[in-house]
Amino acid sequence: MFRFISQRLAMSIPTLLLISLMVFAIIRLVPGDPALLMLGDMADAHSLEVARASLGLDQPLPVQFVIWLKAVLSGDLGHSITTNEAVLPLILDRFQVSAGIVLVSVLLAALIAVPAGLLAAWKQDSALDFGVVSTATLLLSIPSFWLGLLLLYAFGIKLGWLPVVGYVSFSQSPWQAVTFIVLPIVTLTLVELGAITRMARASAIEVLRLEYITHARAKGLSERAVLWRHALRNSFAPTLTLIGLILGNLLSGIAVLETVFTLPGIGRLMVDAIYARDYPVLQGCLLLVTFVYVLVNLLVDLLYPLFDPRVKL
Amino acid sequence: MNKPLPVAPDVLLPAPARAPRAWRVPPLNALIGATLLALLLIMAALGLVWTPRDPLALNLLARLQAPTAAHLLGTDEYGRDVLSRLMIGAHTSLWVSVLTVSLAIVAGTFLGLLAGFLRGWVDRGLMMINDALLAFPGILLALGLMAIIGPSLYGIVFALSLAYTPSVVRVVRGTVLSLREKEFVEASRVIGNSELYTMLRHIAPNCVAPVCVLATSMFGWAILAESALSFLGLGVPPPAATWGNMLAASRPYIATASWLGLFPGVCIAMALLAFNLCGDALRDRLDPRMSK
Repeated sequence: MFRFISQRLAMSIPTLLLISLMVFAIIRLVPGDPALLMLGDMADAHSLEVARASLGLDQPLPVQFVIWLKAVLSGDLGHSITTNEAVLPLILDRFQVSAGIVLVSVLLAALIAVPAGLLAAWKQDSALDFGVVSTATLLLSIPSFWLGLLLLYAFGIKLGWLPVVGYVSFSQSPWQAVTFIVLPIVTLTLVELGAITRMARASAIEVLRLEYITHARAKGLSERAVLWRHALRNSFAPTLTLIGLILGNLLSGIAVLETVFTLPGIGRLMVDAIYARDYPVLQGCLLLVTFVYVLVNLLVDLLYPLFDPRVKL
Repeated sequence: MNKPLPVAPDVLLPAPARAPRAWRVPPLNALIGATLLALLLIMAALGLVWTPRDPLALNLLARLQAPTAAHLLGTDEYGRDVLSRLMIGAHTSLWVSVLTVSLAIVAGTFLGLLAGFLRGWVDRGLMMINDALLAFPGILLALGLMAIIGPSLYGIVFALSLAYTPSVVRVVRGTVLSLREKEFVEASRVIGNSELYTMLRHIAPNCVAPVCVLATSMFGWAILAESALSFLGLGVPPPAATWGNMLAASRPYIATASWLGLFPGVCIAMALLAFNLCGDALRDRLDPRMSK
């Protein structure tokens, strides 16, 4: 167990290194002087010199990468060009907002989708199955930002139940905070329901064909026990992989939703950084989201044997 | 002894290529998917030659009009005809997705075949870069690239195809590696065909099916990603009409002119549904276990 975890951790190190190299390269690919980009057009000649020296721009590229990587590893992601805030606290702060919404909605979606997919697979080709698959395919085809706009129109403007613009953090007022994040969570849950239900159904169909299910039935277990105790656990393993991928995709795709609902999350921060050419912030966001993505998928790998006992740690 | 060998006539006859099959009703998902796709293509093709109004003509006297006979789907904040802009948008979305998917398929198939064919350090090097690219989630890579390239139509095509190529590489290489050791490939080698010929004649055609399934989903991804990027203002820049930037422009008028946000979204959802259903139908055909 411990050996497997350390092996998997060691295996993700080259990936993380390559990712850092690419993020580093993205900034270096930008035409022009990185020091000028980092400091903005208003910088004077002296501070440009200082910035060049501190960035090590007089050094060859591989040395520059090492210098940059050292700074990143010690938690120094530089300062924002526009607000001069330190990048690391800024992105962590914004990340919390997005991560909360994404986690809650994926959890809700999985709680609905996995049983729905299992039931549809159990009654394959029935009216129930048709209903579940059609609904899932329809949900899969609705873009999140449009669904968000529709919900905002219905509940924010027509019914006036929920605020349309703004955000209040939990520490300020938990109740108000909920009114601002309930629509984003509902939107994301609905959108993710489609993909997870289809995956859960497909893997349950595979599992229900296996001999151990026939065996479980043959030894006289009730259908309920066969489904919920035997089929559910095994068919959940591939779904878990999908959920891991979805978590990462959501963190990068949430920018559109945060734009619709004017939430101060990591996605919005990243888009604003692109507009403002705030490269240190952009670099930080890219690094954070990809690292989290790699770690989430690592976690999924580690959780896998809990659901599929054939996979041994 | 010129008597011909007694051979049963049916052995000499070639087996019938395929038993004539009665025409079956295509499955529902293929039917609906193909219909939606045809509608979309007609809308885009028609938009190339004819639109009800000039999609770029400003008319400040007719701003934000609800749907009427003159403007079937209403007008936007500059008095432009929404229907005409949707038709142009259909063309943009499809064009971007066709270019993106073709580029990703061509590059991905080439690299995948190369990695599976040469193996060794070429394979290892390619796959290392490939896996690192795959480690960037979804449209994040495209977002990062758009920051460098700046918003433009061909910028999106480049960024998205770079983001999608790794999954094609992975599928093609996987197929190649699993086929390399099969008997029919071995047989081709044994009768003296070169490695390259075997590769192109016997292995590459077997990659078509999985690549087709992937391509169908990629059309959907590309349309969604393009509209999301345009929605964020990082896609095709205005005044060119795309469904994504029309939706973004409708955001301030959500209370007063709700139809502005309705129709572009319906178009995107319709396009995604079309590709999802066609993809399902294709997958059902190739893997019959999933359906009846």
